[in-house]
Amino acid sequence: MTHPDEPAEATAQLASRPACSAKLGDQIRPAVLSVLLLTLLTGCAFPLLLTAIGRPLFPRQANGSLLTRAGVVVGSQLIGQEFSLMKYFQSRPSAAGNGYDATSSGGTNFGPNNPKLVNGAADFPGIRQLAEQYRQRNGLAPHTPVPIDAVTRSASGLDPDITPANAALQIPRVARARGVSEEAIRRLVANYTKGPQFGFLGNPRVAVLDLNLALDRFR
Amino acid sequence: MTAMRWIEYVVFLAIVVALAHPVGLYLARVCQRQRTFIAPLLRPVESLLYRMLGVRAEQEMSPGLYTICFLLFGAGCALVLFLVLMFQRWLPGGPANAYLITPMTTDLAANTAVSFTTTTTWQAYAGEQTLRYLAQVIGLVAQNFLAGAAGLALGFAFIRGLARERSATIGNFWVDLVRSLLYVLLPLTLIGSLILIWQGVPLNMAPYTLAHTLEGHPQTIAQGPVAALEFIKNLGTNGGGFFNANGAHPYANPTPFTNFLGMLAIAVLPASLMITFGHMTGKPRAGWILLTVMLALFMIGLVVCDWAETASPPQLAGLHITGPNMEGKEVRFGAGESVLTAIVTSNTSTGSYNAMHDSFQPMGVLIPLVFMLLGEVVFGGLGAGVYSIVMIALVGVFLGGLMVGRTPDYLGKKIGAGETRWIALYAVLTPMVVLLLSAIAVATNAGLAGLGTNSGPRGFTEILYAYASCMANNGQTMAGLNANSVFYNVSTTIAMLAGRYGLAALALPLAGRFAAQPRLPDTVGTLPSDTPTFGAMVFGTILLVGALCFFPALALGPIVEFFQH
Repeated sequence: MTHPDEPAEATAQLASRPACSAKLGDQIRPAVLSVLLLTLLTGCAFPLLLTAIGRPLFPRQANGSLLTRAGVVVGSQLIGQEFSLMKYFQSRPSAAGNGYDATSSGGTNFGPNNPKLVNGAADFPGIRQLAEQYRQRNGLAPHTPVPIDAVTRSASGLDPDITPANAALQIPRVARARGVSEEAIRRLVANYTKGPQFGFLGNPRVAVLDLNLALDRFR
Repeated sequence: MTAMRWIEYVVFLAIVVALAHPVGLYLARVCQRQRTFIAPLLRPVESLLYRMLGVRAEQEMSPGLYTICFLLFGAGCALVLFLVLMFQRWLPGGPANAYLITPMTTDLAANTAVSFTTTTTWQAYAGEQTLRYLAQVIGLVAQNFLAGAAGLALGFAFIRGLARERSATIGNFWVDLVRSLLYVLLPLTLIGSLILIWQGVPLNMAPYTLAHTLEGHPQTIAQGPVAALEFIKNLGTNGGGFFNANGAHPYANPTPFTNFLGMLAIAVLPASLMITFGHMTGKPRAGWILLTVMLALFMIGLVVCDWAETASPPQLAGLHITGPNMEGKEVRFGAGESVLTAIVTSNTSTGSYNAMHDSFQPMGVLIPLVFMLLGEVVFGGLGAGVYSIVMIALVGVFLGGLMVGRTPDYLGKKIGAGETRWIALYAVLTPMVVLLLSAIAVATNAGLAGLGTNSGPRGFTEILYAYASCMANNGQTMAGLNANSVFYNVSTTIAMLAGRYGLAALALPLAGRFAAQPRLPDTVGTLPSDTPTFGAMVFGTILLVGALCFFPALALGPIVEFFQH
């Protein structure tokens, strides 16, 4: 072996180089102070700077994109909520708390082969039951294909959106409940359908709360 | 629709590759203490910080001292975070006590402190039910920055080891830490966080909002300084979210664009570090070859996971339900962005999932699990990813050397008996820790008590996933596992410590040995490290080592689940 395999040899060769001069004893002060000062820099100064710039620029978003009607906060544009009346479009099923509990986000975490997920249990409607309920509610024939987002629970339990296919199946029922033409509701749904963002990001979707608010304003 | 998500995948990879070169060269300037374009603004702050901290910036450290400083800093951060969490009840501000229903026990605080200071950000708690706003900001936001910067510093030091000749030092930890923060993480996070607020991520200290829904029911909506956390969690490859649902929560990740941006924040820096590596070692092509290996693995994982998750779930056959597996997924992301996110976060020790991986199909779970078990070699954790891939490349070089009967070398550095010892220890540490802890968990009642949601092969997968995630400093979870118990809080802490400090304490001394060596000239016997052949060898080594270590365990989990149904 001709090359220096042992660090000791290597260090001997380096005796003339002044670079390596840091000593352990000198590192205690930087260690203690860096933890404290850099915590202040990143945990206090940074959030304050972000707040100082971000909140004036985007006050609505910074406060949670809340929606008000007649002075009452009816929810957030970004957070889904439960709809059970026939005159409203229905959100997806939710596993957040007892349904759309926005202090308790989360999904079912059932594996796809967990029998409870498909067949349900006493206190938990499975996908099979949810599909039946969905068909009944919307007056659909027994074997009508149901879009999967209508019978599965989202990851957050707060999904504000449904797919356009899901919305389309609910149009006749909402139109009946409101006594307006399906065509009028269909046009409204089309107005509230977002395509993929910037043309290629994510999925087309309909924000349920936005749409239902628009329905209430309709005529 | 179908074509759309492939366009998104391709655009994503194209952006990562396009940015790798310029960002990689910028990172090299940060690493080598050269002037950068934002220096006029930040140089005074940098000098001020060195003065205040008592850092002599011109002094360099031996590998041993560098490692000790890294350990000291990690220990100090963990202690501060532990104290913030333990005493959070005395912090002023929201949310109201009534909503904080998960008690901050000593074991949970210790687990969380280690978790956030090792970039793991494994969360055994639900943010909106456990933490005060100020604990999230002063505690977690700060550690997202600091742990990420410390990781980047390690990456710099490791690269120097291979780049230098006859040097007893590999840099100054405090300088690397401060420069990583000032020139990389802070400015990017400021811009990124502002984009998030624009897209709808809240930034407030308000009490939880009481709304009255259209149907007249009360709905309480958790608020908070969410935007302060959500960008740096991705950029620093940390991954722990403000809310329980992490990147799936509409406040944390409101639009497909915020998700896409988050994925870029995760992948671009670690991918660019390969270019930094090639640039500083004088072999730019060697960096590109490693990046190509990463991209190949990434694409294979993406295709398999996409196939598993976008198909109509076989379990629902006959129920007349149409569409991809949407259980535990959000409509705005669909299956496409959920798959992309699963692959990106599992590859980069980030773990900021936007869909519930526990509800993925068996093959959809297998891919993220394998990526974590392979040791985060695709892009990898910020900084740590450099030594993850180089270590496995060194194993490949060693195996190649055995085959042709020569002392192997890589980038002109000889891999003798001493070096091989460090490499071998590094290679066996992950399987040892993950398999041992998983075995203990499935053999004890305390471990099995975590399986409240799923059982059988899926339950086993949840346990294996937990330790793989913690060892890889990833932090994502199959959330069906109830991990907030003394058993899991302690055992996952062990895995996180081993994954961060154990691996770093093996990688840095090795880098020191390389730094001390002279660079050998290439001879006819040298295996060139910048050819496709070398890339193929590294690729094969990754799969070979991974399969040998983990195939039996994987067979008991996702693979048997796949064939059972």
